[in-house]
Amino acid sequence: MIAAVQRLPTEMLFVVVTRTAFVAALVLLLAIVSPHFLTTDNMVIVLRQAALQFLMAAGLTLVVLTGGIDLSVGAVLGLAACVGAGFIVKGYVLLGILAALGAGLACGIVNGALVAYVGIPAFIATYGMLWVAHGLGYVFMKGEVIHGFPAGFRALGAGFFASLPIPVIAGALLLLALHVVLHLTRFGRALYAMGGNPVAARLTGMPTKRYLVTVYALSGMLAAFAGLVVIARVNAADSGTGEELLLTAIAAVCLGGTSLFGGVGGIVGTAIGSLILALVVNGMNMLGIATFWQAFAMGVILILAVFADVTFKRRMS
Amino acid sequence: MNAAARALRMPLAISLELPGAAYLLALLAAAFALASPEFSSPRNLGNIALQSAALIIVSLGMTLVILTEGIDLSLGAVLGLCGVVMGLMLASHGSLPTALGAALAIGIIAGCCNGALVAYAGMPPFIVTLGVYGIAQSLAMVLTQGNSVTGLPPAVRWFNEGVWLGVPVPILAMAAVFAFTWLLLYRTRFGRYVFAIGGNRRALELAGVPVRAWLVAVYAYAGLLAAIASFIMTARMNAAHPTIAIGLEFDAIAAVILGGTSFEKGYGGIWGTLVGALAVAVLRNGLNLIGLGTEWQVAVVGLVIVSAVALDALRNRS
Repeated sequence: MIAAVQRLPTEMLFVVVTRTAFVAALVLLLAIVSPHFLTTDNMVIVLRQAALQFLMAAGLTLVVLTGGIDLSVGAVLGLAACVGAGFIVKGYVLLGILAALGAGLACGIVNGALVAYVGIPAFIATYGMLWVAHGLGYVFMKGEVIHGFPAGFRALGAGFFASLPIPVIAGALLLLALHVVLHLTRFGRALYAMGGNPVAARLTGMPTKRYLVTVYALSGMLAAFAGLVVIARVNAADSGTGEELLLTAIAAVCLGGTSLFGGVGGIVGTAIGSLILALVVNGMNMLGIATFWQAFAMGVILILAVFADVTFKRRMS
Repeated sequence: MNAAARALRMPLAISLELPGAAYLLALLAAAFALASPEFSSPRNLGNIALQSAALIIVSLGMTLVILTEGIDLSLGAVLGLCGVVMGLMLASHGSLPTALGAALAIGIIAGCCNGALVAYAGMPPFIVTLGVYGIAQSLAMVLTQGNSVTGLPPAVRWFNEGVWLGVPVPILAMAAVFAFTWLLLYRTRFGRYVFAIGGNRRALELAGVPVRAWLVAVYAYAGLLAAIASFIMTARMNAAHPTIAIGLEFDAIAAVILGGTSFEKGYGGIWGTLVGALAVAVLRNGLNLIGLGTEWQVAVVGLVIVSAVALDALRNRS
């Protein structure tokens, strides 16, 4: 843990400098290419997109800080969206929201228990969960699409409050809450310790296993919440919801400078990462690039971000 | 080193060492035979063999990758891209050898990218291959606009329907790939290094072995096998589709784990994978026969893989 903390300043500086340069270049390019880019309307679109991605990547960030990974976030988002949609479309909005969050929580707890108590590598446990959740989503929907939710629920994704989109407000509140949790609570500091040096963390007497389950449970529940926002926004849910979001979420975390080896990073970085990805997607749309290319861009960005950080770290040591 | 020594034993000894998947296979076969009279018909058993050919080929490459303590999540997407490129070249009247060569080249290139980023840049394998998964999938969609490539020449169907010396071509191809991989793994320096990289990479590096170059070769071989499997899958559908094999990497990982290959220390081998892949194929086929569609199969295979790893982890601990 001490090594991780000492390494933090230079590493963080590198992350901040490269990401700021990236955002500046991106904004400049888009402003030159398209006159629509810097309009208020477009900024609202970018912010809402960034907020959606952040909601999904936020829980994942906590998992990655502990040195783990949650490959099931996209599929859990989809499953929770399907479960919730079934109730919400019939008018049981609150029940639907609770069912969705419950489904996400359950998947997360299973992930956490498999990792912490059974001792399965995180990427395998959550990869298995990816397919279990994906399959259950299919079973639940039987290939159909649920659409047409009550207006009150749709406000969660498409509504405004004080001229700001509601997902953006939700994202900002979550950012604040998680930042406080990470830096001012014992639980938050423990996550860094567990990621930096798991053995030392256990020997200091932290309830590391219980914390791990909590972290994966949070990741599942926040993915479920993101799923609700997504279906409220598009006013429809099917078993494919969220399928392509896994790559985006991991890219947002890595782009935000949270190390895949654990112990280094934070939630603010993930918010910035989400914003960058939203700018990229917005820019691609502005330039008229087919949506088929988006996964390509996410893949390249993910690899480049991790490549840059790993290489920099190696040069430093 | 112990792992390498174990692996050099004769195949019979290895298959005796890995009973887990074999029991599961026997159990599944017995259960499905009781549940559905159709299951044990010669026609259905032939179907299982045909359908498992592509899965076994991909799983063999995955076994090598996992033996080095890696993972390749990109194989399904790479397979799809290989098939699409081959299909597009054939549909625009390219010659068959050129199209096959292009597909093989793409498989190898994708594998080399994976391997180079893992070995030389030191990036975690699941991140690298997840990124390449996105890139390959995206390219396949861009090339086809998300549609199937049809109008392939009849010659392509030989890869699925052809019979040579009384044996269907997919099964011949599977047997040939298995034999070649067996020789590679148990009779060459490459194979010994595969086990040793998983067992004790540091020791190998200190011994002056160019571990990184061998790692690239492992991922490239997995990509190559995905390309070969794309011939069979494209021929079976008589069309190339960009998402044809999404999820196949999952079945392959399940086959490898059920086959007793461990994510740590280079334990395992390809005989187990063969049995594991058959178990996955039987599971899917049987679920289909008793009327549980693709959606249930995905969930059940997911449960089986998680349970298998959990059992393995619990057993290793005690």
